[in-house]
Amino acid sequence: MDVRADPTRQLVRLRGRSYVAFVFSPVVPIVEWLAEIDATLARSPGYFVGKPIVLDLAAVDLSSSAIAHLVGSLNERSIRVLGIEGVEEERLAANMPPLLTGGRACVITRNEPAQKPEPEAKPKPTSLLLESPVRSGQSIVFMEGDVTVLGSVGSGAEIVAGGSIHIYGTLRGRAMAGVNGNSNARIYCQKIEAELLAIDGYYQTAEEIDVSLRNRPAQAWLQGDTMKITPLN
Amino acid sequence: MAKVLVVTSGKGGVGKTTSTAALGAALAQSGQNVVVVDFDVGLRNLDLVMGAERRVVFDLINVVQGVAKLPQALIRDKRLENLWLLPASQTRDKDALTDEGVGRVIAELKSRFDWILCDSPAGIERGATLAMRYADEAVIVTNPEVSSVRDSDRIIGMLDSKTVRAERGERVEKHVLITRYDPARAARGEMLNIDDILEILATPLLGIIPESQDVLKASNVGTPVTLNNAESAPARAYIDASRRLMGEEVAMVVPAERKGFMDRLLGRRAA
Repeated sequence: MDVRADPTRQLVRLRGRSYVAFVFSPVVPIVEWLAEIDATLARSPGYFVGKPIVLDLAAVDLSSSAIAHLVGSLNERSIRVLGIEGVEEERLAANMPPLLTGGRACVITRNEPAQKPEPEAKPKPTSLLLESPVRSGQSIVFMEGDVTVLGSVGSGAEIVAGGSIHIYGTLRGRAMAGVNGNSNARIYCQKIEAELLAIDGYYQTAEEIDVSLRNRPAQAWLQGDTMKITPLN
Repeated sequence: MAKVLVVTSGKGGVGKTTSTAALGAALAQSGQNVVVVDFDVGLRNLDLVMGAERRVVFDLINVVQGVAKLPQALIRDKRLENLWLLPASQTRDKDALTDEGVGRVIAELKSRFDWILCDSPAGIERGATLAMRYADEAVIVTNPEVSSVRDSDRIIGMLDSKTVRAERGERVEKHVLITRYDPARAARGEMLNIDDILEILATPLLGIIPESQDVLKASNVGTPVTLNNAESAPARAYIDASRRLMGEEVAMVVPAERKGFMDRLLGRRAA
C-alpha cells in the first residue's frame, strides 16, 4: 500500500499552571543568613532537596555579582533556586534564574512526615478466609497469600492465590496456587473432584488426575517441573 | 408481612413457570393472598400456564414505565379469588425493565399481597437479576442432572451477592426444589441422586416433584397442577412444598417407583 502521511504542523500550546514554592528572604549580612540555613540543614539534611525555592531579594540590595554568588552558595548546599523576585530585571544575568512577579502567599502544608508511618502501621493480611461455599461462576483472586475455604468450591468456580489453597470441602472447580511464581505453594482439599489444578503455571486437568484419588482428601505440590497429587491420609 | 419469593434456576426448561403457578395456587388455596409475577419479558408463559392469556391488557412493563396503574395490570384468577397474575409483555424485551421501576412495583405489590412470586426467566442476565433483586426468599428449581445442578449453583452465588438483601448484609432464604424426578431412572442410577444434589448445592430441600404426565396435562389446559388434579403425585408434592414455605414441618416424601398391578404380578420393572 502506498500511503503517505502529510507532515502536519504541530501547534505549540501554551498553558498556565501555578505551583507552591518555598520563599527564602535573605537579610544582611548574607554570611550569617547562610549560617542559619546551614543550621537548618544540620537538623534535617536534605530538607530542601528537590523542593522549588524562590529567592525574595526585596529586603536586601545586592549587585549582579553578589546575586550570582548567593545563588552559587545555595547550589553548593543542594538548594536549587527556581526564580528570583524583588529585584530589577537588569541585575539578573542570562545564566541566573528568571525574575518572578505576582507571587501570592499561601500556607505550606507539610504532609510528608505525617503520611509516612501510616502504610507501615497496617500490614496487609497475608491470608484470605472464605466461610461460605464458592459457587459456580465465582472467581476468588488473592495474590497476597493463602486462601482458605470453609466449604466446597463448585464446578465452574475458580480460586487464584499467590500462596497455597486450603479447601475444607469438595473441590469441583479450578484451583490455581502460587500464581506469582511461588513454586512452594500447595493445594489441599478434603475431597478432590477438581476440573483443574495449577501451581506456579504447571497444571493438570481433570482427565489427568488419577481416578483412584477422586473423592478423597488430597494435596498437590510441585516436585521440580512435575505436579504431584497424593492422598492426604 | 409480605414475602417476595423468586422462582429461579439459571437453566431453561427445568420447570420454573410450572412451579411458580403450582406453588402460587397452592399458597392461595390455603388462604394466602398471592400474586404471581412473570419476569420473562418477551417470552412470557405464565399467563398460558395460569389460563389467563386471553385477558391480558396491561403488563409489568406498562406498570414499570408508569403507562398503566398496577390494579389495571393485575388479573384475578377465575378459580381462586385471592390468586392474581401480573403478566409480562410479549412485545418488549428485558431491557425495558429498570431496577428502580421493578423496586417500585414490588413495593406496591407488598402492600397488597402476602406472597409475591416472581417467575424468573432463564439465564443470568438483566431479566433474571431483576427478578431476584428484591427477593426475601428463593426457590431454586433443579432437575436431577449435572448441567442443571451447576447452573443452580451459579444462581445461588448470585442470590448471595446481587440481591438487595445480600448488599445489605442480610441473607436471602434459599430452598432447592427438585423437579422432573423420575423414580424409575433414579433406581437405575441414570440420574443424579438427591443426596448428591444437596451436597453440591449445600442448600436445604423444599420438595421433590416427580416427573408426571399430570404436569403436562395441567399446562395444556392452562391450570396450575395443584388446581387441576390436587390428588396427583406432583400436585401433592407442590402442596407439601407450599406448606413448608409457610413454615410448617412436613415429612419429605421421595417419590418411589410405582408398579402397576400387572407389573407386580409378573415381576416386571416399569420402564
